Amino acid sequence: MKIGFYPGCSMKGGAREYQESVSALARVFDIELVEIPDWNCCGATAAHNLNKELSLSLPARIMALAEREGLTDIVVPCAACYNRLSLVQHELGADATLKSKVCSIIDLKYEGTTQILNIIQFIDKYITDKLEEKVVKPFNYNAACYYGCLLVRPHAILNFDRVEDPQSMDVLVTKAGGNAIDWAFKTECCGAGMSVSRTDTVARLSGEIMKDANDRKADFIIVACPMCHSNLDMRRPEINKYLGENITMPVLYISQVLGLAVGLDAKTLGLNRHMTEVIFPEKPVKAAADIPQKVVTTQKMEA
Amino acid sequence: MSRIGVFVCHCGENISATVDCEKVARISGELKGVEFSADYKYMCSDPGQTMLKDAIREHKLDGVVVAACSPRMHEPTFRNACAEAGLNPYLCEMSNIREHCSWVHPKSDLTTDKAESLVRVMVEKVKKNKALNSIKVPVTRTALVIGGGVAGIQAALDIANCGHKVVMVEKLPSIGGHMSQLSETFPTLDCSQCILTPRMVEVAQHPNITLYTYAEVESVDGFIGNFKVKVRKKSKSLDEHLCTGCGLCTTKCPQKKIPNEFERGLGFRPAIYVPFPQAVPNKPVIDRENCTYYIKGKCKVCEIVCPTKAIRFDQEDEIVEVDCGAIVLATGFDVLKPDFFPEYGYGKYKDVIDGLQFERLASASGPTQGMIRRPSDGEIPKKIVFVACAGSRDPAKGIEYCSKICCMYTAKHAMLYKHKVHDGTPYVFYMDIRAGGKNYEEFVRRAIVEDETHYVRGRVSTIYEKNGKLIVKGVDTLMGAQPVEIEADMVVLATAGVANKGSEELAQTVHVSYDAHKFFAEAHPKLKPVETNTAGIFLAGACQAPKDIPESVAAASGAAVKVAALFSNDLLTREPLIAVVNRQAPPVYSSCVGCFLCQSVCPYQAIEREEIKNRNGEVIRTLAKVNEGLCQGCGTCVALCRTKAIDIYGYSNQQVYSEIMALLND
Ligand SMILES: Cc1cc2nc3c(=O)[nH]c(=O)nc-3n(C[C@H](O)[C@H](O)[C@H](O)COP(=O)(O)OP(=O)(O)OC[C@H]3O[C@@H](n4cnc5c(N)ncnc54)[C@H](O)[C@@H]3O)c2cc1C
Ligand code: SF4
Repeated sequence: MKIGFYPGCSMKGGAREYQESVSALARVFDIELVEIPDWNCCGATAAHNLNKELSLSLPARIMALAEREGLTDIVVPCAACYNRLSLVQHELGADATLKSKVCSIIDLKYEGTTQILNIIQFIDKYITDKLEEKVVKPFNYNAACYYGCLLVRPHAILNFDRVEDPQSMDVLVTKAGGNAIDWAFKTECCGAGMSVSRTDTVARLSGEIMKDANDRKADFIIVACPMCHSNLDMRRPEINKYLGENITMPVLYISQVLGLAVGLDAKTLGLNRHMTEVIFPEKPVKAAADIPQKVVTTQKMEA
Repeated sequence: MSRIGVFVCHCGENISATVDCEKVARISGELKGVEFSADYKYMCSDPGQTMLKDAIREHKLDGVVVAACSPRMHEPTFRNACAEAGLNPYLCEMSNIREHCSWVHPKSDLTTDKAESLVRVMVEKVKKNKALNSIKVPVTRTALVIGGGVAGIQAALDIANCGHKVVMVEKLPSIGGHMSQLSETFPTLDCSQCILTPRMVEVAQHPNITLYTYAEVESVDGFIGNFKVKVRKKSKSLDEHLCTGCGLCTTKCPQKKIPNEFERGLGFRPAIYVPFPQAVPNKPVIDRENCTYYIKGKCKVCEIVCPTKAIRFDQEDEIVEVDCGAIVLATGFDVLKPDFFPEYGYGKYKDVIDGLQFERLASASGPTQGMIRRPSDGEIPKKIVFVACAGSRDPAKGIEYCSKICCMYTAKHAMLYKHKVHDGTPYVFYMDIRAGGKNYEEFVRRAIVEDETHYVRGRVSTIYEKNGKLIVKGVDTLMGAQPVEIEADMVVLATAGVANKGSEELAQTVHVSYDAHKFFAEAHPKLKPVETNTAGIFLAGACQAPKDIPESVAAASGAAVKVAALFSNDLLTREPLIAVVNRQAPPVYSSCVGCFLCQSVCPYQAIEREEIKNRNGEVIRTLAKVNEGLCQGCGTCVALCRTKAIDIYGYSNQQVYSEIMALLND
């Protein structure tokens, strides 16, 4: 099975372990990820704040290239890239004039027919069915699934999961044998791109997230976005300074969690690349009784 | 040779902005059979109608075409004017050049051409119109009131006090509706039970009112003045005549842990139960879904303890037929279940409740005897956050309209809380305070000033539990969109008011229209607020839109007056636009061959059999005949009749063909 793969910049840099774990996981399930040839930057936050046409053209070119390769699905593990591609597809789909203008800018044929999948949608579509039978090492830990903003918003366009109380990652973690805990900061802002310009803000926002997960006795925070990961993981010294605590809880990508469960080793999954060292707590885990067990539902918001 | 008058209306600019009305009048005046034509700015106004009447008299007109708006709007107006001028009203027709022409096309010659064609068509029809006389039908002077909330109660009592019979059908075991659940009511803080329960008793004891509780309407047939309604009385598993309401059974029932609907799940009830102590009727019903006997086939404790042997396990539902002349819909509203807001944690945190639950906590007869105690541990909350507009005015996730009552009841809740917990701190998150109503704004000010409620203008984004507190995160938009976080002991959500469950089905059963939110639709938002589009069916209370008690009661009295006016006639006048089976001279009698296919398709059972007898009294032919009282003029029989023996008055085959020919011969 061949599926288009758009890595974006982060997966080639700071989030190499994300790509490594996604690729390794795909291999386990016999899925071939085809990197879109000659892909470009999605524009990220910069483009749509500065130049509308540029912000439309960059993602459109990526999708056009995928179409040219005959790829019907593109998996976009970075939540920000996923958000940009989906929004552009939506916007061009609704405006034929704009679409033809963008086509002439990128000088490629663009139909808007590819399906853009975030990492969870990708797993749900191609892996979930076969996941449970492949689990050899249940991820037997308390996990706080953190969704952030770009994966679920704007709901009207992405129409993915319940916007204020998403569940999809919790479901996956449960299937991998983990205990997805109930906590309050699933969709709070981590500070995102302020990481460099206002590190203090990121320390505060990400700090509150870390603190709640820690107070609720999570062993790991699970993410699906390189930006969230870098803020929670790389900015840990600043976070701990802000909190006046020493939280050592590791932050894992959902692909790493599933990878571990299906028996992939730490190196293959890039666990060694995290800033906050990935240490697996001794079992049995913290007093199970006072951990809020949650009822996991897959029910979608009817917005 | 006809002498038809054509009157073209400008409808202010509604028509004349795109149609050349003068030209339409001039061209129509040249049509064969048209004696007179004119155009005027407002045909429906007094001068317009006078012009029409004068023209009828002066030019001895024998037919009239008014080219104006939809006949749904003004056909009765112009037909009455014709009648006043001595012309049979059914010789007047309207040609709709507004909705069908000027409103849907741009200004152009083509638009004017189309208006001319529409007029020409009607002229040809009118040439074939016959003078008709309206039909008189008797009125059944009984009203059916569906729903026994405060609106239904008010309507029923008003109608009954006019001397007419009323049948009230209530779905639940007791009447009273939402008002019976309320503690005290804005804007006066008078006790809800104290003002409502005497009226509930009055309903039960009124000689003119028959009350069916635990009952629902199954079907409605007939028409204004003569409805035939089937009501299903669900089995209460009880002989109501024998039951004295002693309540022994309810104390002995082994099922004790059924969430109490009346207490909004804040208490429990047994399987045989009276919904609340002041219920009317004050006799129990068995909830078969939760009764041990119906589940396991064993128990019957209630039967054993009942001193009057009133329990009937084998009792079946009963269908009663009600003949009535008018129907009042008063089935009320519901509140949106708050679980559509997962971020507010309703259902997850016990101390996040909705407004109706708060009413029960504040009610002297509620689960806490009126003490404000939070559900999780019974502690008295020291800080409560009230969230207004929970789901209202929220097109993304809830409903787009304003629920209207919640600003007021939230102010009331804050007040009641403060009156009971003096050292407590109430917060209200709101979007705008909507307090339009007599003494309403003053009431809200009291909550803010005297009872020191902290009003925070902004929305709540999320609520979560931490160290036994509910953390309410929101924004204060009057403080420069500053984020606020409140550690509360309890949160009350003012959830949106929505249409009652099953309102759509009921609307279809009763044949009334409903709006996009499934509230019943009024015939006109300003001028016919309590009428529906179905003659003889009226609306009262919150089944039409969220309403508070004063508004619900006012609407109910309005509906009652409409019913009383209807019942003030001995006979009702009906449009004679009904089907007729032709009759001819002997020996043919009729082109009807007596196959009675029409009888099998008529939705109103209006086809009867008529026997034609010879001099010796022997039946020689059996022909179809239309019952004038029952026929609704739907025309189904006309389409089916193999020998074209049936026609509809006012819409005969001949008339329709001449309309079509008028277009084709253009
Ligand atoms: C939390 C809260 C607090 C409030 N506080 C106040 C206040 O302080 N002051 C104020 O003026 N207003 C208040 N209101 C508004 C008040 O409750 C309504 O105005 C009032 O209940 C409307 O009366 P109703 O008879 O139209 O509807 P309802 O009270 O809803 O009654 C409808 C009745 O019809 C019955 N029914 C429904 N469907 C059927 C069916 N198919 N067949 C037969 N019967 C049926 C129901 O069982 C019910 O008995 C409050 C509302 C809420 C939610
Ligand atoms: S009445 Fe007030 S609280 Fe209720 S929806 Fe309208 S504005 Fe919101």
